[in-house]
Amino acid sequence: MMEKDVIIIGGGPAGLAAAVELRKKGIEDILILEREASLGGILRQCIHDGFGLTRFGETLSGPEYARRFIDEAEALHIPYAVDTMVLHISPDKTVTAACRDGLKVWKAKAIMLAMGCRERSRGALGIPGERPAGVFTAGTAQAYINMYNRMPGKEVVILGSGDIGMIMARRMTLEGARVKAVFEIMPYASGLPRNIQQCLHDYGIPLYLSHTITEIKGGSRLQGVVVSEVDGHMRPIAGTEKEYSCDTLILSVGLIPENELSEGAGLTLDEQTKGAVVDEHFQTDIPGVFAAGNVLHVHDLVDFVSMEAEQLADCAASYIRGRALAPCTIRVAAGSGVGNLVPQRLSGTEAVTLSCRVRSPQRDGTLVVMQNGREAAVHAFKRAVPAEMLHIRIAAGALQRQGDLEVSMK
Amino acid sequence: MDTQYDVLIIGAGVIGSAIARELSRYDLQVAVLEKNLDVCNETSGRNSAVVHGGFAYDTGSLKAKFCVKANRMMGDLADELDFPFKRCGKVLVGNTEEDMAQLNRTIAQGQANGAAGLEIIGTEKLHELVPAVVGKFAMWSHNSGIMDPFLFTVALAENACHNGAHFFFNRNVTGIFRDAADRYHVQTAREVFSSRWVINAAGLGCKEISDMLGITGYRVIGSKGDYIILDKKLGALLPMPVYPVPSNTYMGVHVTNTLDGNVTVGPNAETVTDFSYYGVPQGNMDFLKESASRLWPHIEKKDQIRNFSGILPKWVDENGTIQDYKIEIRDDVAPHAVNLVGIESPGLTSAVPIAAYVVELMREREAFRPNTSFDPVRKGIRRFADRTPAEQDALIRENPDYGEIICRCEKVTKAEILQAIHNPLDIHTMTAVKYRTRCMMGRCQGGYCQMRVEQMLEQELGRPAADIRYCRPGSWVLAGKVRE
Repeated sequence: MMEKDVIIIGGGPAGLAAAVELRKKGIEDILILEREASLGGILRQCIHDGFGLTRFGETLSGPEYARRFIDEAEALHIPYAVDTMVLHISPDKTVTAACRDGLKVWKAKAIMLAMGCRERSRGALGIPGERPAGVFTAGTAQAYINMYNRMPGKEVVILGSGDIGMIMARRMTLEGARVKAVFEIMPYASGLPRNIQQCLHDYGIPLYLSHTITEIKGGSRLQGVVVSEVDGHMRPIAGTEKEYSCDTLILSVGLIPENELSEGAGLTLDEQTKGAVVDEHFQTDIPGVFAAGNVLHVHDLVDFVSMEAEQLADCAASYIRGRALAPCTIRVAAGSGVGNLVPQRLSGTEAVTLSCRVRSPQRDGTLVVMQNGREAAVHAFKRAVPAEMLHIRIAAGALQRQGDLEVSMK
Repeated sequence: MDTQYDVLIIGAGVIGSAIARELSRYDLQVAVLEKNLDVCNETSGRNSAVVHGGFAYDTGSLKAKFCVKANRMMGDLADELDFPFKRCGKVLVGNTEEDMAQLNRTIAQGQANGAAGLEIIGTEKLHELVPAVVGKFAMWSHNSGIMDPFLFTVALAENACHNGAHFFFNRNVTGIFRDAADRYHVQTAREVFSSRWVINAAGLGCKEISDMLGITGYRVIGSKGDYIILDKKLGALLPMPVYPVPSNTYMGVHVTNTLDGNVTVGPNAETVTDFSYYGVPQGNMDFLKESASRLWPHIEKKDQIRNFSGILPKWVDENGTIQDYKIEIRDDVAPHAVNLVGIESPGLTSAVPIAAYVVELMREREAFRPNTSFDPVRKGIRRFADRTPAEQDALIRENPDYGEIICRCEKVTKAEILQAIHNPLDIHTMTAVKYRTRCMMGRCQGGYCQMRVEQMLEQELGRPAADIRYCRPGSWVLAGKVRE
């Protein structure tokens, strides 16, 4: 069994940023394990631009954004193994992976989970109807087009207004497909406003809110979908059915942190984020196992993924050096109107940034962090949508050493 | 083209495949004609995958006789043909006095049928067997089990093929003609096959083929059942199938563990006339969840990974009463034709005894010389995911393709996918690879691996993207290249 100071699982934006930052903090013995043939993660297939505005102050394509970190990692000679799939992590921080040379086992002082997320499938939605070919998740369609030079279809309907779905609406239009419409079950879009403008409106693709697909038709290849309006409880309204003929259905209906390995290690997961429960050091409930990026909670921008992983590196470096991290016994709960709160546990001694999302679109709102009946922090905003992550800064000294926190909309 | 055979089997479901294998024990030219692009695309692959005990059928019926016999031999068969099977038992759960009376009748019937290992158990034992179940008592059938219906049928067909049977896919039979010399000429869109014997193992198409043979008058209805598949996380809560108290014609909505750790919920039973529509409506999914939750209250939408449906061909009389299997040779109307009608549940369990019976009927009329090189043993694809770490390491060192994991959810490797693509039956659909390896069957439903599988199909077969099919004829996966 080989020993490592830190093993980073996943060579996407989170894993790369953490590796670079750990090395800059003087951690030498790092290994990144990546299941794909090259580093970069999902960014490799995101050839559109818009990445990096926050992190680099300029707009980059996905591969360009990834390249910045890969170049840095290579310049710093950070070891990595590609085509290596981690099969198992044990609570004592043993990592087992498969590659063409055999089964590899490492024992790590610290593990960083950076596995990213995956897409919700048609089966998970339980869309009624037949099961023809031609139903793809947006990311799968994106991989076919951008990575494999393969066209999924010609006449397209999109379910869900997630960012990847909207980006694929534009991408498929540019490649000659006819994108008929995007249907969203919620009364508001789930993707970023800029994507609604740049990917749908600019190309004349209609977005129908409060609509969903109630039947998939076709025994061999997809022939069409039946779309219905939904009521306030997201139930289809009888009599509103309308059929759209199409050979391709793209699903952009949500991302789920990919925590199979975390579950195998016995980590506690958060019901809402579907990621590990972490403290302000991004440490999970197994000491020395850290998580950041989309495996922890799904982000709206890759810039935040990188920045979160860089923050994590600080704490992980201290841990590897054997310094005690401040114990985190204060629990943070999401109150009314708020969800996806990270981190879930705080020390109360240090400044910390909480991230969360509003449950529904809001204007001129205020988020309040309450502890022991007093306001520990307040965050006012002009507008907020569930698609965008909110960050609440809590100053050092603003918290008491004891007493759980609740974040809610005022 | 008129290809000459001794026996033509129409249908490559589990019955047709089992008959092909039984006939390959003899020195005969056997061909199987299948309208789909793979084996078991219809009823055989769309069911609960339960190996039945044989207690739920009328005493004296063929269903009872074959099922009991099949249940006894399933372990040996699984060893011989290398398909997954587990004798995990099952429980039929009841709550009322009426339920108890029915379960006692079921046991008496089962015993009369020759089924062993049936007993009534109380709450305590029931909850020891299946802690997560709801119910006061149950009938426990020790010998019931679960299997993989795809791999069972694939194993039968591959072994038949290995022993000389020929399989032809994408061959929809459109007509059967008997000439003056009593040879049959079976018409498909591409060619005519000629043979001394014809076997109707067409499943849902049994009435059409029977009519083509001149054996008319059968009434066959379709009983469609829908299912929900739950995530592997739920497998731990269900060590054996849990059924309600049955009648002799409908088992009721049950929950079934699969050999891979998933759980299936279903089926409802809806009489249908369209035998090719497999859509699952919302109302039926709601019904399944509601019914099965009374037995096993762990069915949540978040754990749903897929749904599917299957249709059972049921032979009914003029009153609509479901009949036993009909397996006949009508020497008067269609000599040298074996006609199988209404082969529904427990057809998956009973396939091999049914096939043996068919061959027996044929041998009553004609002596067959043995195939002296018949080899009953078939080896399946070695799975990476099922092995211990030491075995996995050894597999990779033997063949490095075992070290490349293509399907992240089910941990299916490149080595397995290559073996599936180059399968002995020469089938090249995406689902052929899926059913043989479990890639695309996991939690993400192919989100991660389908592009890799599609790419491997193109490369290994040297076919353009637009020629790759998902499952049925016409089920194209991709429109082609984005640009040349």
